Amino acid sequence: MSAKSIEIMVCMGTGGIAAGGDLVMDAFYSQLKAAGLEANVQKGCSAHKVGCRGLCAKDVLVDVIVDDNKATYEYIKEDMVERLIEEHIKGGKPVEEWLVKEDYHNFHDKQVKVVLADCGNIDPESIDAYIGVEGYKAQEKVFKNLAPTETIEIIKESGLRGRGGAGFPTGFKWELCFKNESDQKYIICNADEGDPGAFMDRSVIEGNPHSVIEGMAIGAFSFGASIGYVYIRAEYPLAVERLYLALDQARQKNFLGKNILGTGFDFDIKVKLGAGAFVCGEETALIASIEGERGMPRAKPPFPVNSGLWGKPTVINNVETLANIPAIIRNGAEWFASYGTEKSKGTKVFALTGKVKNSGLIEIPMGTTLRTIIFDIGGGIENDKKFKAVQTGGPSGGCITEDMLDLNVDFESLAKVGSIVGSGGMIVLDEDNCMVDVAKYFLQFTQSESCGKCVPCRIGTKRLLEILEKITIGEGTAEDLVRLEKLAKDVQSASLCGLGMTAPNPVLSTLKYFRDEYEAHLEGRCPAKACRQLLTYTIDAEACTGCGACKRACPTGAITGEKKKPHALDQELCVKCGACFDTCKFNSVGRE
Amino acid sequence: MQSQTGFKLATSLDELREVVDKYKDTQGTTIPILQDIQEHFGYLPEEAVEWAADRLEIPRSKFYGVATFYSQFYLTPRGKNIVTVCSGTACHVKGSEKILNRLTRDLNLPEGQNTTDDMIFTLEKVNCVGACSIAPVVIINQKVNGKAAASKIALQVKKLGKEEDQA
Amino acid sequence: MVKLTINGKEVQVPKDTTVLVAARSAGITIPTLCYHPRLKPNGGCRLCVVEVKNIPRLVSSCTTPVSEGMEVQTETARLKEVRATIMKLLLSDHPVECINCRATDDCALHELTMFLEVHENEFTGERRKYDTRDGNPFIERNMEKCILCGRCVSVCEEVQGVGAIDFAYRGFKSKVCPPFEKDLDCEFCGQCVQVCPTGALLGKMWDRGLRLGQEKKAVDTVCTYCGTGCNITLNVQGQNITKVTASERHWNEGWLCVKGRFGYSFVTSPERLTEPLIRKGKELVEVSWEEALDYTAERLKATKEKHGEDTIAGLASARCTNEENYLFQKFMRGAVGTNNVDHCARL
Repeated sequence: MSAKSIEIMVCMGTGGIAAGGDLVMDAFYSQLKAAGLEANVQKGCSAHKVGCRGLCAKDVLVDVIVDDNKATYEYIKEDMVERLIEEHIKGGKPVEEWLVKEDYHNFHDKQVKVVLADCGNIDPESIDAYIGVEGYKAQEKVFKNLAPTETIEIIKESGLRGRGGAGFPTGFKWELCFKNESDQKYIICNADEGDPGAFMDRSVIEGNPHSVIEGMAIGAFSFGASIGYVYIRAEYPLAVERLYLALDQARQKNFLGKNILGTGFDFDIKVKLGAGAFVCGEETALIASIEGERGMPRAKPPFPVNSGLWGKPTVINNVETLANIPAIIRNGAEWFASYGTEKSKGTKVFALTGKVKNSGLIEIPMGTTLRTIIFDIGGGIENDKKFKAVQTGGPSGGCITEDMLDLNVDFESLAKVGSIVGSGGMIVLDEDNCMVDVAKYFLQFTQSESCGKCVPCRIGTKRLLEILEKITIGEGTAEDLVRLEKLAKDVQSASLCGLGMTAPNPVLSTLKYFRDEYEAHLEGRCPAKACRQLLTYTIDAEACTGCGACKRACPTGAITGEKKKPHALDQELCVKCGACFDTCKFNSVGRE
Repeated sequence: MQSQTGFKLATSLDELREVVDKYKDTQGTTIPILQDIQEHFGYLPEEAVEWAADRLEIPRSKFYGVATFYSQFYLTPRGKNIVTVCSGTACHVKGSEKILNRLTRDLNLPEGQNTTDDMIFTLEKVNCVGACSIAPVVIINQKVNGKAAASKIALQVKKLGKEEDQA
Repeated sequence: MVKLTINGKEVQVPKDTTVLVAARSAGITIPTLCYHPRLKPNGGCRLCVVEVKNIPRLVSSCTTPVSEGMEVQTETARLKEVRATIMKLLLSDHPVECINCRATDDCALHELTMFLEVHENEFTGERRKYDTRDGNPFIERNMEKCILCGRCVSVCEEVQGVGAIDFAYRGFKSKVCPPFEKDLDCEFCGQCVQVCPTGALLGKMWDRGLRLGQEKKAVDTVCTYCGTGCNITLNVQGQNITKVTASERHWNEGWLCVKGRFGYSFVTSPERLTEPLIRKGKELVEVSWEEALDYTAERLKATKEKHGEDTIAGLASARCTNEENYLFQKFMRGAVGTNNVDHCARL
């Protein structure tokens, strides 16, 4: 045995665990022990979990580090562990065919990781691991060497803007709160990541919870809050668990609690579990929810920074915003501002998903082009289909078309073309996606998440959805299109909170760039062949081999036929579910 | 006092008292109390909620308003097995609706009902579980299934149903 | 004081005034549905939206405080469009059967369709449908007509401190209901009825009768139920009270309890005593007030002389005013000479 040190890192975010990360981990534990490797290694042998490193589509990802030589494996299952130990760890020869391929490196090479720097490298359940990568250094600096105004000035100079959606300058928000005199102030970390298709907040808390805690403590100290809340979705059990653990560890080391680091400053953080309401991502609704009320927003002003939780000055920052803070303090405002564009500084984490090869979590400097993101980092479109659009900003955002792929991704540029950065969802759509259906999907979402307080959102989104439904079943008229556009604009203008104001964006943006698809539906056609009611399935008798696969897949018994003879489809019974189309291996099921 | 759902308040009072009393004299407790009651009973029995509201001197209507506002709360008992289909955007564009339709049909669920009559299955959809890179995602009894195919999931559910039959 | 301009007109109002109140004080009309001067602003109906210079979005005037130099527009073409859309949306989720609705002559929704010149119901689609649960004797609830302005919820919580009803569910499914959607179970003070701008909440005993040709009158008077002395308005048609309302101008700010609001049927009850009665033999006989008072004075005097003043006790009524009760005890002590004075509310 020649190895001096062995380190195994298993990706155990939600994606990693879903792919069997816990089983892989257990296999390493038991087999390393059985092989007696642990005892024979000089510098030690450790197998530990790490948080999400972004490319969950290739989970379970495993790093094997023998004497500082790192090899990364993809798609690892528990039954592959034995060979890894045998050949790589004992034999010193990495298992070539399981190593990550070029696209793994492409995925990571064009990224710049600030927030995600340590996600996937350190054990998220160990505060010492965090301290080992300079964790809590920034807090110490702020608490011991900087006046509150100096800290706020650094954040202002860095140009950091809120990562939750609106992009309000963080330093200014802190300053406003600092200037408000009050016996009690609060800082709230908004981890109610509700956008469907976004999971950066979950990954940050799962992968590096201490960075968020440190960011909160720095904020609290600089504007004088003694109580913090993390409002987090209950749908993220792993993140919640790691957060609780991290808070306990931080208290033990006196990064939280009474008389923090001997400065006389008290600060602690409570966790509030969301109960399932997208609208609670809106500041005033979030506050109502913490206060135990229905999460209904109220009109602003007054803004939370003047009158927030229990009527006290309150700063609400998003997870990613807070996770940026320690790095800015450690490396300086200039360092942060060196990334990004003139008005959008630093990096931004995006959840790149949909019809893209390398879907996952990415962090890029603001100003990176969409083309780089989708085709270099993302590796292009799955199954080499044709790119149609990319939807950014989730239900509040819009679609961006192919001719705009060279657009720089930052707050201003995306707003200019009718979309938003939002919380960072980026969903790639291909030729099989119907844009009317996409708009309908988002409207369905916002409509069901509307709190119901204001008329434009409560009834307006419902009527918008009804018009879209009418269009997708081929019953829409030209007047419906006019009505849809007018109503969308009025809902945008008149709604009380951000949810209602932005809910029509997916409709307006698809109407703007894909009006032809809407018009096709008026004629009873869905060009992408996605709208169920507009399709007819048929079986091509000449191509059909009579294998019976479609017959078995059909849930309504609409397909009949003897074995090895062409099958027939009864249109009366067909519910247009597409199961036959998906199962047929001979392209003999037609869809029109 | 026994409700239609078979919930007996009297037998649960002691436990409930413990759940509720730790929130006395603190602000903003409606949601955590309901979360605790649901954790305890698996859903929110009417009698338990009313009892808690009266004990804390918070109007019952407030509890009902909160319980119906948040999608996490259930006012009726749920099935023994919970199948959650994620319908986040990534899952949607990758066909989560097909999975949902398939399971709805397989479980014979009429419109507006999401728990089977025999209380074996509850089928729900959730907005996004944040596991978009492995979309579509189906969670069966808390186990996350990534890159789920309708047929595979249907098979798993069928198997679970058979196990229940034998049990 | 804060100076601002509304539609170009300079207005001066105290700090913390809302734009809506400032506009109204300057005689400028801004339509509202959910706003109520005695309740916390809700901001949900969005009809009161206005344009403010340098704020890109529309703001609800009922929730926005004035600020120095603010320039407000309340009547632009854009605002008219948006308000009309809001109104059409409301109507699309409302049973527009005004000819059958008992609130038609007293409905803010109806009034506003006129004001905003909305003449057609442009949007079709699903409308909320509810089963009626209405076992109580006082308040009729037609919740399909509810526009979810939230005034009833606010008055119940903020003014009555009861919280018998609240919003439930969310989005299009939102409704106002008692806990667990049971029948209404409260004191039936009817404050919710008073503030409801539509026909969703009505008094069950309100007169439905048709009295063609009979003059309608509003008679201001004082409630006789207790010493509080709330000002009430009897809505009268011919000889009948059609309903009791209360005006916000009076000291009770328009608030009433169940008795004052709904307990008026005694006025026209055939069993009501309108003249004093004296028992003569076995019969109670109607007499004049003079006779009744003389008789009472005589009997009091006789009893006092024969048995002494402390054999007499006086019981006053909670329905009397403070002044009346003061006079009564003065009379018992000074004229009759006894301290045996008490009050029905103690019994």
